[in-house]
Amino acid sequence: MVLLSLAYHSLKNRKLTTALTVLSIALSIALLVGVENVRVGARQSFEGTISQTDLIVGARGGSLQLLLYSVFRIGQATNNISYESYLKFKNHPAVEWTIPYSLGDSHRGFRVVGTDENFYKHLRYRRDRSLSFQEGQEPKGIFDVALGADVARALNYKVGQKVVITHGVASAAGRGIQDHDDKPFTVSGILSKTATPVDRSLYILLEGISAVHIDWADGAPPLPGEEVPASKITKESVKVDQITSFLLRNKRRIDTLRVQREINTFTEEPLQAIVPGVTLQELWRTLGYAEDALTVITFFVTIVGLLGMLVSLYTSLNERRREMAILRAIGAGPGKIISLLVFESFLLTLAGCVMGVALIYGLSAALQQTVEDHFGLYIPIQPPTPAGWIYLGAVLLASLLIGFIPAWKAYRNTLSDGLSVRV
Amino acid sequence: MSAVVCRNLRFGYTPGALVLDIDQLEVASGERVFLFGPSGSGKTTLLGILSGVLTNFTGEVRVLDREIAKMTGSQRDAFRGAHLGYIFQLFNLIPYLTVVENITLPCRLHAERRKNIGNLEDAARQAADKLGILHLLHRKVTDLSVGQQQRVAAARALLGAPELIIADEPTSSLDYDHRERFLELLFESCREAKATILFVSHDRSLMHLFDKQLDLGELNKAQTVATAE
Repeated sequence: MVLLSLAYHSLKNRKLTTALTVLSIALSIALLVGVENVRVGARQSFEGTISQTDLIVGARGGSLQLLLYSVFRIGQATNNISYESYLKFKNHPAVEWTIPYSLGDSHRGFRVVGTDENFYKHLRYRRDRSLSFQEGQEPKGIFDVALGADVARALNYKVGQKVVITHGVASAAGRGIQDHDDKPFTVSGILSKTATPVDRSLYILLEGISAVHIDWADGAPPLPGEEVPASKITKESVKVDQITSFLLRNKRRIDTLRVQREINTFTEEPLQAIVPGVTLQELWRTLGYAEDALTVITFFVTIVGLLGMLVSLYTSLNERRREMAILRAIGAGPGKIISLLVFESFLLTLAGCVMGVALIYGLSAALQQTVEDHFGLYIPIQPPTPAGWIYLGAVLLASLLIGFIPAWKAYRNTLSDGLSVRV
Repeated sequence: MSAVVCRNLRFGYTPGALVLDIDQLEVASGERVFLFGPSGSGKTTLLGILSGVLTNFTGEVRVLDREIAKMTGSQRDAFRGAHLGYIFQLFNLIPYLTVVENITLPCRLHAERRKNIGNLEDAARQAADKLGILHLLHRKVTDLSVGQQQRVAAARALLGAPELIIADEPTSSLDYDHRERFLELLFESCREAKATILFVSHDRSLMHLFDKQLDLGELNKAQTVATAE
């Protein structure tokens, strides 16, 4: 305890060097813990893109592809599924709810998704968050459209505005292959920000998708003069033939695999059902390299921080030869001299760790909202992960080991100096 | 009983180059001994051996009836901490501790040194009072004058009543008036504690104040050989 108090006073005496050393360790610790938290946050955000959905169902094809177009709105479906098949599973006794998606149209680079009221009622992300409207309400009419938060912000659209959707997926700048400009939609509401791909789409009713294609034949637009005017189309008059995919929730989790098997072996139409969590993890693993690279870099930053401490302790030793001789004279053995310096590096690192963790949590708390708004990344403020604790422990352990280097040098000095350092 | 006995002591930092070669040196218990000699006569080396820091010697060295060569390194450190008081020429104090922390440091490091002391703080105050530095106890040592620093060093060396005080030119940085005053205080404290003083200096104007004078230049034959060459 005497040595610990000596180490503490000795560090306090060299305030500036100590402060700078602690700061440099604190910054590297903040980076280490910060990257770990962002990593966890990124994974949680990613895995939280869709929650409480047991199965995603689409036409048979790649499972990753189904996940990408159903959840992330990336890529295209190769095939649709019939509305009859959908209704069969929607009304299946084991099924609690379903959310249908009909894809294929777009507006200025943003996907247009046909869906129904279940989407607003049942969709969950980040465990248990549901959708809400920052303005207006969900689309009720056949030519109503709801905007994702990013869409509304990027295009600066307001409720009540007219929106023309495009057949196919067009780039933001250019015109699409074919605009459905004879049947404009009206913005009925704008969804609140979710920091998921939901923000980057427009939502209309399934009937709306059918309505804009009502007068099309064989995948081609109607000839001039043969268009069916929008005023003549009502929600009741259009029929939904097919959808692209749907999300499914069972009443009991235990039914998931049974229902999945039932869908995969459905004889009337080739369907496939995937468990989103499993496929999300597969996808995340393929993105894992970047994550590992980031961790490796922060480890090197931490090592540099510790080396800075080593340098500052080591260079201080020459000025402290006198002090060591005094300690020797009053009976401090080599073991105590070594302990003193090891304690010093340990205290420096401990202070650095505490400050670094405080710094990163302070920063996270201050910037959480901003980061979520701008990058769609939700950084959870939670105690360090097990890996985070291991990192902190490893850094403290490393500080003990590194502390032995100046300690050994000090010990060598005391051997050669004895009690006879003249200043 | 003798406080210090050296017989046939030989020591060299490198093999074959003797720095010390002393046939016989003895300091009786309670004596005040003035050890002098020119620079390079091995004064500091001898003190290093007596305090158990330099160990690579041959011959017999007994300090307070303990044979130095027979102790392990940590025993020597503990022995020095518990039974010896050491005063340097200059810069005796740990710069980042207060005066009272410096004075009590040996007692805090070694339980044995503390055994005759009731309350450490009180004992430190008493020692400081005797040396006239009571009002400085909670000051930073870097704020003190050299004379005050040496008194703090003396208080530290004396606290816990070590049997042997080794002083390595403690007055050389003081002016004449302070020198005498410092020695008077040191002697008085040592008398009360019945401590032996081994006082090393090249300043012979002080030697008349001591019980016994030893000329290391004469005692150390290695030195005469070296100068004859």
